[in-house]
Amino acid sequence: MSEPARANPRYTPYHPRWHRRRMPIFWWLGRLSYTRFITRELTSLAVAYTALFLLAALCALAYGEADWEAFLARLRHPGWVAFHVGVFLFLLFHTVTWLGLAPKALVLKVGRRRLPDAAVVAGHYAAWAAASALVLAFFLWRTG
Amino acid sequence: MIRLPREPFFWALFSSGGMLAALVLPALAAILFFALPLGWLSADHGALLERFAHPLARLVVFGLVALCLFHWAHRFRYTLYDGLQLYHLSALIAVLCYGGATLATLGAAWFLVAFP
Repeated sequence: MSEPARANPRYTPYHPRWHRRRMPIFWWLGRLSYTRFITRELTSLAVAYTALFLLAALCALAYGEADWEAFLARLRHPGWVAFHVGVFLFLLFHTVTWLGLAPKALVLKVGRRRLPDAAVVAGHYAAWAAASALVLAFFLWRTG
Repeated sequence: MIRLPREPFFWALFSSGGMLAALVLPALAAILFFALPLGWLSADHGALLERFAHPLARLVVFGLVALCLFHWAHRFRYTLYDGLQLYHLSALIAVLCYGGATLATLGAAWFLVAFP
């Protein structure tokens, strides 16, 4: 056994280096479907941001009424509003793409026949509407 | 692409977090980003505090935050692999993503136990 083989068990003498085409970092800008794919993947940043933002809002809420009002006042700044419009659009893109993929993950059968994809998507959109109504009610029902 | 034996576990977190985020976050963001700050809707501070202080509400917030963070961790990890071609940093990226999500989840738990 040669010296490098003993030092590294994964070392293979004279292992061929196969040809690999170099990919540019921005390979996904070349085609609309690739850009959509990367945009969809990047929506996870908006998801994480919104989760942490909820905690920040609860923090301001816990500090008292004056801090809560100051927190809301700061969010009225056009810079924040513009940034949040962007985040919101990413969240919508996540929802639309996620619910659109639902029929691929969920195959429902009625008797022997498979439920059509459109019905599965419609069911998920109904769930989205119900969840949104629930969130709205949580914030607004008897809090005026 | 590297496949770890823990993959199914993280995929389950990714998938449930993705579903929860898809259903809940647009409405939540619309309220927190726009409706309350811009005065489209109004909610009394004391009533809102009381509502979020309920143990069940805190549990739901914790579940939502934790699953959203692990959804991010799993998806962002593969975004870095595929988008930026950082295959040689795969282990480091996985540790940073899942580790970051774990730390933030622990922080959220600590905060929500102490809340308000």
